[in-house]
Amino acid sequence: MSFDQLLALVLDPDLLERYGPRFIDGLLVTGKLVAISFTLGALLGMLLALARLSNNVLLQRFSAGYIYFFRGSPLLAQLFLLYYGLGSLKGFWQDVGLWWFFRDAWYCTVLAFTLNTAAYQAEIFRGSLLAVAPGQYEAAKALSLKRSTTFFKVILPQSLIVAIGPLGNELILMIKASAIASLVTIYDLMGVTKLAFSRSFDFQIYLWAAVLYLLIVEIVRRSLKHIEARLGRHLR
Amino acid sequence: MLEQLSLLSFASGGWGQALLAGALVTISLALACLPIGLPLGLGVALMARSPKRFPRAVATVFSTVFRGLPELLTLLIIYYGCQIAAQKILAAMGYEGEVMINTFLAAMIAFSLVFAAFSSEIWLGAFKTVAKGQYEASQALGLSKATTFRKVVFPQLVRIAMPGLSNNWLSLLKDTSLVSTISLVDLMRQTNLAVSVTKEPMFFYGVACLGYLLFSALSGRVFVYIEQYFSRHMRGART
Repeated sequence: MSFDQLLALVLDPDLLERYGPRFIDGLLVTGKLVAISFTLGALLGMLLALARLSNNVLLQRFSAGYIYFFRGSPLLAQLFLLYYGLGSLKGFWQDVGLWWFFRDAWYCTVLAFTLNTAAYQAEIFRGSLLAVAPGQYEAAKALSLKRSTTFFKVILPQSLIVAIGPLGNELILMIKASAIASLVTIYDLMGVTKLAFSRSFDFQIYLWAAVLYLLIVEIVRRSLKHIEARLGRHLR
Repeated sequence: MLEQLSLLSFASGGWGQALLAGALVTISLALACLPIGLPLGLGVALMARSPKRFPRAVATVFSTVFRGLPELLTLLIIYYGCQIAAQKILAAMGYEGEVMINTFLAAMIAFSLVFAAFSSEIWLGAFKTVAKGQYEASQALGLSKATTFRKVVFPQLVRIAMPGLSNNWLSLLKDTSLVSTISLVDLMRQTNLAVSVTKEPMFFYGVACLGYLLFSALSGRVFVYIEQYFSRHMRGART
C-alpha cells in the first residue's frame, strides 16, 4: 500500500475539502456553547454555594435540593426535559412573551448546560469556601473590614486557588458533555460529525472527531495545569 | 395530575411496565460494565506503575484517550466500528450480507472502556497511600509477589478506592442514558417512546429524571454498606 492510499484511508482529501469547513464551524459552536454555559454556570454556582452555606434554612434546602437533582440525573434527560418538556407549554410561554427562548434549541441547550454545570460548580465552590481557615474571617472582622470586602478581597481569592483544579476538571467534563447537544439538532462538533457520517458513510469522519476532541481536552488540561502552577506559586 | 399518573399504570394503556423494563436494561447495562471495567482499570493502573517503558506508554495512551473522548463519541465509534469491522471480516470469509452488532454488547464494551480509564486513575491514587513498609514487610516474611498483592496490598487499596469508584459508578449510571441514541431500549429510550405516543414530555422526562435520582440514591446506600464492610478493621481502633 502506498503512502497516498494510506492517507486516503485516514484523511481523504476530497472528504476533507467537503466537510473541513463544517468541522471548523462545529468546533466554534462547541467552544461557544461551553464558554457561555460554563461562565453563566460559575455565577449561578457561586450563588448556590453561598445559599448552601447561608444561615437561612429555606435557602439551604432549596440549594441542596437543586444540587441533588441536577447531579443525580443525566444531562441528557435534563436537556430533553427543558427542550421538549418546557417547549410543549407553548401557550404559556407565548402569554409570558418568552416563546422565542424556549422555541430555540440553542437557547434551551445553553440553559440546560448552565443549570447542570452550576450544580457541579456549586459543590466545588462550597468545598473551596470551607477550605479557607476560620481565622481568616476572624482576622478580617478584627480589622473591621466590611462583609463585602472580607468576601471579595480576603476569602474569595484564597478559595479560588483551591477551586481552580476541580473547576478545570469540570470544564473538561463540560467540553465532553457538550457532544450531547447534537441530539437536539445543534450542529456542534459532534453534530457535524454525525451529519457528515450519515452522508458519506466513511468511518474516518468519527476518527477525525475523536482526534479533535482529544486535542481540545489535552490543550485545555495542559494550560490549566500551567495556570494552576502559576497562581499557586506563592504557596510553594 | 391524576390523569397523568394513570399513564404510569401497569394496565394496558399505561407505560409502567415499559418504563420498568427500560429501567431494568439501564441497571443491567451498568452492572454488566463492572466485571470488565474494574479489573481492566486495575490492570491499567498496574501497567502505569510498571518499571518498563512500554506498558507505561500503553496505560497513558489508554487513559488519555478514553478519558478525553466524549462518551457519546466513544459509544458511536465502538458501535459503528465493530459493525464495519465485523462486516469486513465476514466479507473476507465469503459471507455477504448485513451484519448487525448487538447494541447491548457494543454499549457494554464502550462503557467498560470508559469506566476502566476513569477507575485506573482512582486505583493509581490508592496505590500511593500504601506505605512502602508494607511491601518490605511482606518481602521480609518471604511472601511471593502475587500473595503480597492479593493478601496485603489489594485489601488496603479497595478501602481507599471505594469513594472514588462510587463516583465513577454514578457517572456510569447516568452515562448509560446515551445508549438510547443507538436504539437500545433503556429507560431513556422508553421515555422517548412514551413521549412520542402520549405527547406528555414534561411529565415523562420528569419521571425519567426521578428514576435516575432513585437509582443514584439507592446506590449511595449500597456504597455506605460496602465502605463499612471494607473498613471494618478500623472500627475497633476508633471507639
